[in-house]
Amino acid sequence: MDTTALFSIDATNVGYIIAAILFIVGLKRLGSPATARSGNRLSALAMLVAVLVTVLGNDLMSWEWIIGGLIVGSIIGAFSAKKIAMTNMPQLVAVFNGFGGAASAVVAAAELIRLIDDGGGIAENISITIMASVIVGGVTLTGSFVAYGKLQGIISTRPLLLPIRNVINVALLIGMIASTVWLVIDPSLTPFLVAAGIALALGILVVIPIGGADMPVVIALLNSYSGIAGAATGFVLGNNVLIIAGSLVGASGLILTRIMTKAMNRSLANVMLGGFGVEDGTAAGGEEETRPIRSIQPDDAAMMLAYATSVIFVPGYGLAVAQAQHQVRELADLLKDKGISVRYAIHPVAGRMPGHMNVLLAEANVPYDELKDLDEINGEFSRTDVAVVIGANDVTNPSARTDTTSPIYGMPILNVDQAQAVIMMKRGMSAGFAGVQNELFFLDKTMMLFGDAKDSVEKITSEIKDL
Amino acid sequence: MTDTQVLITALTVFVLAIFIGYEVITKVPPTLHTPLMSGSNAISGIVIVGALLVAGQAEGITGQILGAIAVGLAMINVVGGFMVTDRMLKMFKRSGDK
Repeated sequence: MDTTALFSIDATNVGYIIAAILFIVGLKRLGSPATARSGNRLSALAMLVAVLVTVLGNDLMSWEWIIGGLIVGSIIGAFSAKKIAMTNMPQLVAVFNGFGGAASAVVAAAELIRLIDDGGGIAENISITIMASVIVGGVTLTGSFVAYGKLQGIISTRPLLLPIRNVINVALLIGMIASTVWLVIDPSLTPFLVAAGIALALGILVVIPIGGADMPVVIALLNSYSGIAGAATGFVLGNNVLIIAGSLVGASGLILTRIMTKAMNRSLANVMLGGFGVEDGTAAGGEEETRPIRSIQPDDAAMMLAYATSVIFVPGYGLAVAQAQHQVRELADLLKDKGISVRYAIHPVAGRMPGHMNVLLAEANVPYDELKDLDEINGEFSRTDVAVVIGANDVTNPSARTDTTSPIYGMPILNVDQAQAVIMMKRGMSAGFAGVQNELFFLDKTMMLFGDAKDSVEKITSEIKDL
Repeated sequence: MTDTQVLITALTVFVLAIFIGYEVITKVPPTLHTPLMSGSNAISGIVIVGALLVAGQAEGITGQILGAIAVGLAMINVVGGFMVTDRMLKMFKRSGDK
């Protein structure tokens, strides 16, 4: 690419600036559910502008290949967007992250081949950015597919710890730096392929030790990487719109990563080093629980709810596993018809990716203004008659506030224990992911309702109708 | 412009864009974080621009094939990302909207 491209004022660059502005405004409109859909369309328009400007402003040859790529890509994209179940959104995002990273790496490869064929030598900064592009892109590709495999259950969700993995990782890092220096000194395909191979291996090695429950953090981070890989490609080609759009995605992924690690009470380093929850089984099964609990039946729960004035539902991923979203919404509608105030308290880690539970409930026609996040709802529990916890556990454990020895100490939780009464729907007495017993179960105000969530909610609904 | 000047300009754009991204995206409410992620999948498909350039300017068949693969991969993100985001956002309704 012409190195003066960055600064030349022509129709192409003006078009790219317009595209960049549309991307930013589009993201800004994601600030509220009311404007979000139009924001997404603005971003799509921005993409169209960027593509048209590129096609019209450059003398592109070999159309048959390009059109083939456009058609195949569009069909796969459209098909997966239409078919994917909302519960599987994390998998889709993981795979798309991977494709984004792969695209950046392949563009870097093609550009390197073109520069080598030109025979004019390659500037140092271009060599370095080509390597950045292929390394970040390669790590994103394989890392995303391992994350996909873990989310889908194809690869064991248990953290897999190789004995000398730190030595291997350091060796791979050194290999990357060495191959970059190599490419600067000797612009040929070999060092590039070495770096690509290292990046692909590293992507697998960094994600494989991470436990299944930490995947929300991993896909948020890989989301960021796919953007950074795009920005690196922008450096290679001297193209501002790539740099800007890539950076926006990079920033977005980093923010979400931070939100998720905070909500899980972990540091990013702690997640990436992996191995959390390896001793799950032993920690939970070690001591036999003998304290008494109160167990109730659906008809008791129906009574409690029908005579309440305010109810908060606390959904966790167990709700989605039981596919009980629609049943919960029906119950909520019934309660609202009786003049009872109904809201939903959504913890950031309630789903399997940031905001996942909100999408699952929106799909079940729960209005978004009833979905409250941690900060909005936590003050409300003390003024609430009944909190109904469905398939959530660790995020309601009050020992996170008080017990300094607990592994979840300091984790932000929903103040469910402050409600007047708590109905806890659960399959059994098992501990949550963190392997600690939930103190909430043993409070006097807590009623345990054992069984399948979907089934229990249906029974409660029909009991209330019969009252 | 020298290579260094080009690099500095690109870095300036990069850093400023990160700051804008940070400011804009911290204002996205948690309820929209999944659409934000799928939407940013779509936006990271911007690498389609790079893919078109390398595909269209490649002289050898290797470059053309690589370019076409990159175009295809980026297009999956663009089309899939925007469509699935729209599908999700369509489901978000206020009370009484039904």
